[in-house]
Amino acid sequence: MLTTSLRRRTPGDLLFSIAVGTVVALVLFATIYPIWFVSIASVSDPAMVATGRVWLIPQGFSTFGYEQILADDRIWTGYRNTLLYTVVGTALNLVVTLPAAYALSRREFAPRRALMFFFAFTMFFSGGLIPTYLLYRDLNLLDNWLVFVLPSALNVYNLIIARAFFENSLPEELFEAAMLDGVGYLKFFVSMALPLSKAIIAVIGLYYLVQHWNDFFTGLIFVRDYDKQPLQIVLRDILLSNQAFAGGAGGAGGSGGGAYAQQFADQIKYGVIIVSTLPVLLVYPFIQKYFEKGVMVGSVKG
Amino acid sequence: MAVTLDETAANVPGSTPVRAMVRGRRRRTLSGHLRTRWQLWLMLAPAVVVTAVFSYVPMYGIQLAFREFDFAAGLTGGKWVGFKYFQQFFDSPLFWDLIRNTVAISLTTLMVGFIAPVLLALTVNQIVGPRRKRFTQTATYLPHFISIVVVVGMLQVFLSPTSGVIPHFLGLFGVEGTNYLGDPGSFVSVYVISEVWQHCGWNSIIYLAALSSIDTQLYEAARVDGASRPQIIRHVDLPALVPTMVVLFILNMGGVLNAGFEKIFLMQNPMNLPASEVISTYVYKIGILQSQFSYSTAIGLFNTVINFAFLVLTNQLAKKFANTSLW
Repeated sequence: MLTTSLRRRTPGDLLFSIAVGTVVALVLFATIYPIWFVSIASVSDPAMVATGRVWLIPQGFSTFGYEQILADDRIWTGYRNTLLYTVVGTALNLVVTLPAAYALSRREFAPRRALMFFFAFTMFFSGGLIPTYLLYRDLNLLDNWLVFVLPSALNVYNLIIARAFFENSLPEELFEAAMLDGVGYLKFFVSMALPLSKAIIAVIGLYYLVQHWNDFFTGLIFVRDYDKQPLQIVLRDILLSNQAFAGGAGGAGGSGGGAYAQQFADQIKYGVIIVSTLPVLLVYPFIQKYFEKGVMVGSVKG
Repeated sequence: MAVTLDETAANVPGSTPVRAMVRGRRRRTLSGHLRTRWQLWLMLAPAVVVTAVFSYVPMYGIQLAFREFDFAAGLTGGKWVGFKYFQQFFDSPLFWDLIRNTVAISLTTLMVGFIAPVLLALTVNQIVGPRRKRFTQTATYLPHFISIVVVVGMLQVFLSPTSGVIPHFLGLFGVEGTNYLGDPGSFVSVYVISEVWQHCGWNSIIYLAALSSIDTQLYEAARVDGASRPQIIRHVDLPALVPTMVVLFILNMGGVLNAGFEKIFLMQNPMNLPASEVISTYVYKIGILQSQFSYSTAIGLFNTVINFAFLVLTNQLAKKFANTSLW
């Protein structure tokens, strides 16, 4: 990396710096503006938004969208379900993934290469949708909330990341000393390896958490019972069900007809986007510092 | 293809010399292996069971593609019919439309989605000052965590021809608004641009990590030779990214027919269907919605096999020409 003090300032360098600055500014704008716009549109006067008078700061003030969302049972049922699936699912994910990753990281464990192939092969080859569907039917997983947590209990990519972390970051001397004291693998894993692995637990915990929170596929394919549907399915119904029908009433707020109803439907949509994404956005800054670590550890050895 | 738990356990290479760490004795027998390693097997058991049941049993069910579906027989199917359902798919009037749409969407995503993170990483690496760099990274990773449903919802409100912010913005320059989401001609562009918006930053992490591990002596040597910053990017930064690029390219090729089901499904509407019906959405419609289980299994298998073939082929080519490979 070039430091400022080392750089000679030629006109070419200056031009280059300006070019970099411009590109970065454009990238940042393109990334942040859509999220910012949704935030301001969710509290602005719907008519001002619909006629294109809201650009950088909220215009007018309306909490209509949020009031409708608060009063809508579907959203809160979805929220409750997703919360349940995410908490139980992520806990199960960690219980399944971490011990397996540790076992695979032990170099003296001869079958580990064969087992790694057993796991990794599923990343590139699968039975496909229909055999999976029929299997779940035979296992009574259709319309069963366990379908949200059991089949996704192991993500092979996360397994590989965790294994690489255990391989590269745990001092081998620690293990040897523990072995001399007659401590078994299990006890060593629980009392020594885990406390030293907070970073990787945070990273793959976040990956799993987001995977469950954003899971739309499972509900779409395997669940019919609306009381069991997660937030993403409810979101689909509110955000997308009246797609391309300007004038159709959207979500719970549709009253009246035509463009007037569409304005209010849109405000509900902006609000719903914020309400559903907020939990992930709130967790994000706290775990964000671990990202690079997680990705780099995973890239050491695939 | 199916590997059950029992077979896996039986395949344990008991004859392989096991370096017995525990109490320093070498054991060569299966029982010896199990006596020293049973705790490791216990730790692996849940993961092995989950993978065997939820990944390998469905592979066993692939035979359904070659059999008549029989409700009573379930996963293993009934009468053997050979390649009947594959033939039915190849003869279907939809066949070439599905292939064309799937390839158009996935190849464009693959190419643009492959190059954009490299360019972003090279650019972000040029930002002077750790805090500005940090901020840019944090901001560009963020969209990766937004759900697909929300991204498609944002596309719809932003692109709405009557009230969307993008038509309003284009209107300032006198560009007439069209219904981008209802137009088959813009489907691929809207899909790919939103993919890049969502994942480009996240996918650049791995390249930024590679860039940060470049030996600073290389930069100093280049500067002594009078290289300009663009020349340094071209001759120092870019070559450092090549090994990572090759590996990711192979992995991406393994998904050449894997146009993302969820997002395409959510973006579909009757108007853009000529461009947006892909293999995976078609399998969903005829399999899950119309219960033509054998036919849709065959189509799904066709898709998987093509992907797998591309993965193996790209891997071989990379091994030969770039000396990098997955296995």
